[in-house]
Amino acid sequence: MSEAVSRYRDPAGESPTWRVLLTLVAVAFLAIVVILPLITVFYEAFRKGAAAFFEAFQEPDAIAAIRLTLTVAAIAVPLNLVFGVAAAWAIAKFDFRGKTFLVTLIDLPFSISPVISGLVYVLLFGAQSYLGPILKSQGIQIIFALPGIVLATVFVTFPFIARELIPLMQEQGTGDEEAALSLGATGWQTFWYVTLPNVKWGLLYGVLLCNARAMGEFGAVSVVSGHVRGLTETMPLHIEILYNEYNFAAAFAIATLLALLALVTLALKTLLELRYGDEIAAGRKH
Amino acid sequence: MDVRIKNIRKEFARFPALNGLSLDIASSELIALLGPSGSGKTTLLRLIAGLEQPTEGQIFFGDEDASLKSVQERNIGFVFQHYALFRHMTVAENIAFGLKVRPADTRPAKSEIRKRVSDLLDMVHLSGLEKRYPNQLSGGQRQRVALARAMAIEPRVLLLDEPFGALDAKVRKELRKWLREFHDRTGHTTVFVTHDQEEALELADRVVVMSQGRIEQVGSADDVYDRPGSPFVHRFIGEASEVPVRIENGEVWIDDRTVGLKAEGNGPATLFFRPHDVDFLEGCGGCFEGVVVGSRRLAGARRLEVELGGSRHRIEVDVPVDHPAAMKSGLNFRPRHWAVFPTNG
Repeated sequence: MSEAVSRYRDPAGESPTWRVLLTLVAVAFLAIVVILPLITVFYEAFRKGAAAFFEAFQEPDAIAAIRLTLTVAAIAVPLNLVFGVAAAWAIAKFDFRGKTFLVTLIDLPFSISPVISGLVYVLLFGAQSYLGPILKSQGIQIIFALPGIVLATVFVTFPFIARELIPLMQEQGTGDEEAALSLGATGWQTFWYVTLPNVKWGLLYGVLLCNARAMGEFGAVSVVSGHVRGLTETMPLHIEILYNEYNFAAAFAIATLLALLALVTLALKTLLELRYGDEIAAGRKH
Repeated sequence: MDVRIKNIRKEFARFPALNGLSLDIASSELIALLGPSGSGKTTLLRLIAGLEQPTEGQIFFGDEDASLKSVQERNIGFVFQHYALFRHMTVAENIAFGLKVRPADTRPAKSEIRKRVSDLLDMVHLSGLEKRYPNQLSGGQRQRVALARAMAIEPRVLLLDEPFGALDAKVRKELRKWLREFHDRTGHTTVFVTHDQEEALELADRVVVMSQGRIEQVGSADDVYDRPGSPFVHRFIGEASEVPVRIENGEVWIDDRTVGLKAEGNGPATLFFRPHDVDFLEGCGGCFEGVVVGSRRLAGARRLEVELGGSRHRIEVDVPVDHPAAMKSGLNFRPRHWAVFPTNG
């Protein structure tokens, strides 16, 4: 048996030496780039003891930052849920002029630097912009306030849900919808009872990724936030400030929250992929 | 419910899928739309359903112009090629769907819906499977669930798109017989699409043979098989051997000789016959005469490839396995039934 293994080698395989070497390279790379920093975050956070760790969360500015981050995510994620489902629905189920262009537009936030997306909003709604004076006269503040942060976050996280749903819906085609319509269902009933349940796991997956990014977004939010402590600082911005003030323990303490968010997201994502992988990725037919 | 299709034309992005065709379907009739891919048969079915809108023309359900109505208002039962069962719903929920989505004033009570579902499951011989999900069923079972779901809304017309297309040969034969009985019992006007001529001939009261967005012929299985109305129908339904011939003085000629067949008309034509429908002759005073150049065994016969004398045109003829003609190198024969169609141009 062992002879057979050595004599007949898998045509697509590599020699054992190469396999071990390549695996080692991959593991070493992962350790340096991913695992080590993660450990560092938790190590630094607890270096001055658990008391110092929990103290970081007592600070009013920290509490405000956490609250703001949750608020922004609570607005941005549902908005993108609606936008994403609407865009995916339109693209996957209907044919219209400019469809390819729309798909490209959806990808824009992925390909553009977040700082630029932030700047765009400053140029649009800032004090120096054309709209600035009008907004100011109405007492509406967008830049350096919650609306601006939400806008920037929505922009940056828009593709996550749409991108997840489009291939899934395209793969499923319009057969189920046509069946529902032929049975007398209205368009809304068809969407609610047929289309949405068909993509529910993919949707959850998209929401998860969208939420993780919404809470962790730094670049775009940094530009529009104005860094008003306790008012317009989200968690990532607050961490940066603490770090720049050499308050490492507090900075890393808050950072553990984001790291935990990442780990939970990863765990849920893996779970979803394991259980409903065939309904998330394209390729499911009954 | 009778269905009348009047001068229907359908274009997809300027490309004509249906070229102004008309068809009358009688109440309680079982009709097959038969044709190769791209013949427009599925488009016609979807137009009747209201899943597509015609570019021109009208469709009547009884006296009512259905072409102005949406798919929901038409009240049709549609069985999709891949069944399109709702995968997150059980068998019972799938069947009940059409009743549950009705507006409150026409929706039956819950108990009534449950009874209807159980009756329908009974009718399609699937009682006991109501709690299953579609992916826990075999192909044939899904097919019957799809049919029960379509029947639940008491449709005026039942439309089936390639109903047996995704099933294996054995199940296909069983379901075919079963569908015929089902139709005879329920008496719904039923239209089904198929590219399988055997299915169409065996199952349908009338077969509509389609090609390139047109109806080539409408008729019973006997009509389309024994009296094909065009070269296309003759080629498409059953086997066909064809020979280029000439018609002169009421006789069919191959090159410079007559073959003993009478025909109307004048000029070049194509003669069609069934390979298995020939008489073998000993002597040849005006018949088809050729040299056997190839032989293949079919299930119940031997198929000979014969090169005709003179024109050297090759045709196929089936010979019973134990027939002496199968062993000879030369063959004299005359088709028992044949058709000639003038060659255009």
